[in-house]
Amino acid sequence: MIRKTLLASAAAAATLAAAPAMAQDPTEACFVYVGPIGDGGWTYQHHQGALAVKEEYGDAVNIRWQESVPEGADAERVITQMAISGCDIIFTTSFGYMDATNAVAAKFPDVKFEHATGYKREHPNVSTYNARFYEGRAVVGHIAGKMTQTNKIGYIASFPIPEVVMGINSYYHHAKLANPDVELVVTWAYTWFDPAKEADAARAMLDQGVDVITAHTDSTAPLAEIGKEGGSAWGFGQASDMAAFTTNDDGTPGPRIASIIDEWSPYYVKRVGQLMDGTYEQIDSWAGMPEGEVVIGEMTDAIPADVQAEAQAMIDAITSGEYHPFTGPINKQDGSAWLAEGETASDGDLLSMGFYIEGITGDIPN
Amino acid sequence: MDLSNINPVLLVASLMVSATPILLAAIGEMVVEKSGVLNLGVEGMMITGAVIGFIVAINTGAPLLGFAIAAVAGAILSLSFGVLTQVFLSNQVATGLGLTLVGLGLSSLLGKPYEGMKAETLPKLDIPLLSDLPVLGRMIFSHDIMVYLSLLLVLAVWAFLKFTRAGLILRAVGESHDSAHALGYKVIRVRIAAIMFGGACAGLGGAYLSLVRVPQWTEGMTAGAGWIALAIVVFASWRAGRVLVGAYLFGGITVLQLNLQAAGMTWGVQYLSMSPYLITILVLVFISSNRKRGSHDAPASLGQTFHATR
Repeated sequence: MIRKTLLASAAAAATLAAAPAMAQDPTEACFVYVGPIGDGGWTYQHHQGALAVKEEYGDAVNIRWQESVPEGADAERVITQMAISGCDIIFTTSFGYMDATNAVAAKFPDVKFEHATGYKREHPNVSTYNARFYEGRAVVGHIAGKMTQTNKIGYIASFPIPEVVMGINSYYHHAKLANPDVELVVTWAYTWFDPAKEADAARAMLDQGVDVITAHTDSTAPLAEIGKEGGSAWGFGQASDMAAFTTNDDGTPGPRIASIIDEWSPYYVKRVGQLMDGTYEQIDSWAGMPEGEVVIGEMTDAIPADVQAEAQAMIDAITSGEYHPFTGPINKQDGSAWLAEGETASDGDLLSMGFYIEGITGDIPN
Repeated sequence: MDLSNINPVLLVASLMVSATPILLAAIGEMVVEKSGVLNLGVEGMMITGAVIGFIVAINTGAPLLGFAIAAVAGAILSLSFGVLTQVFLSNQVATGLGLTLVGLGLSSLLGKPYEGMKAETLPKLDIPLLSDLPVLGRMIFSHDIMVYLSLLLVLAVWAFLKFTRAGLILRAVGESHDSAHALGYKVIRVRIAAIMFGGACAGLGGAYLSLVRVPQWTEGMTAGAGWIALAIVVFASWRAGRVLVGAYLFGGITVLQLNLQAAGMTWGVQYLSMSPYLITILVLVFISSNRKRGSHDAPASLGQTFHATR
């Protein structure tokens, strides 16, 4: 695909040179994906955002993308290729592209780079953006605390990075507030996408009596595995709505009782728009429910009405800015104080989070 | 850590399910390599089997038919490899890698409309008496039919290679294709048959992933299982029984480490996570350092191109 568009843009450039009076070139917005678009989760949602950009601006933009780009040396090659082939703005949509993005950005000062979930902005043309997923984790944590019968809830973790630790803490904190007896089991899968392994991780927890599981990995496999329990265990859509698991084929409620949806469209549309009208500036964006970037998917009837109402109240409070999911008193795992009564966590604290909060057993692998 | 949370019965049960896809793919690849052909396209054939099996199961509602067609699809795909390497004498390594790429691309193309759908899965067998046994019943005798079929297949391959004349010919072709040719055996035909058998097995393994283990279609869902299958063949030093051991060991360690984590194991999670691969490497090193056996077990003509005029 890249090569084809490269040729096409070369041809376009040639035509332009011959006829300078022609209309302005469409803006090229390019996307680098870590998984396949068909993962039904993380990458799928980024692609929905890309499609929203195209929908918004029509012929004024071209979108291009590359799927399943491994984090590492390959990423740098792919990003360079995109920059050479005429991309005006490149969104690199996984944490592991951080160094590659900055390295390529140094060589192409005229191209804008947008790196998702990272923190390095070494050059003026690199911006970073992220979503406050922990806001969504808070809501599903509350639901999990209320739904569990065994008082054991699970979290399929991907890699020990602040993003994931933040999610674990937020999930546990709100489950604990909803149900003081709750116990959290964390399983590290060390992958973002491996359906079989994700299913195995879910299975291991189910076998040990965990009955509500949330995943920080990208596929729908954990939900499928939870579904095999036939209604005695529950899970949440992750990154995408995963609506296919809302009801079983026989009409009974499916394993997915709610979901955390990453809605990147507002951000992508805004940034590409800014690039086109010249108001683009380097930023570090971290938006959440108020901006519509983190959305809780429809709650199913498997959740009792009063719990649904509580969850909705929490969503409303977070959206209006009244409530911060990390509001004290919260202690660290070792019992030392972190947040005092009424104090909220600073963004800096969250973005470098490397500790569990009080009550979680086990250590963060490092 | 609370080890009592780990129920050994459930552990073994999920181990068997977890190991079945790689077992199927590995036993097929072993036969291919026994005939002297190195097919690195296992991953591509597996994922093609996964998508085809899923599509057929969705459209017909019959998962068993899905498995059958997946096997056929795997065999057809491998036939392209067979024709290229055996008739047109292309390089086996390059062609095999190409086959993997083709399989990955083809499957994501075919699977696009089926993402997020749910197919009928295989029912768990309820074997009279055996399934009701106190511990073993739940552990070993209440799986779906493919688990037993994969075990039977291992047994059949072992018996075929050890006791039958056809098996002897296949091994002869793999050890020295020139001698086999001189004796009048059809080297190319034998090899193409072996390649197609390997393709069918890989297709079955892939279909097991998409129809039982995960049950759904997701792009790239094999996530390297085909490569593990290839490693297991070497690990097993080309013996059917050891392929079984290798696949179950690999599946077992994967499942065990996840269970240990869920039970609250607090140290070295990352070591546990890499342990299946690490142990595979260690065993490979151990086998190949043992001069008397080990590397000498590799079929002598493995990976070599055969042409009758040479």
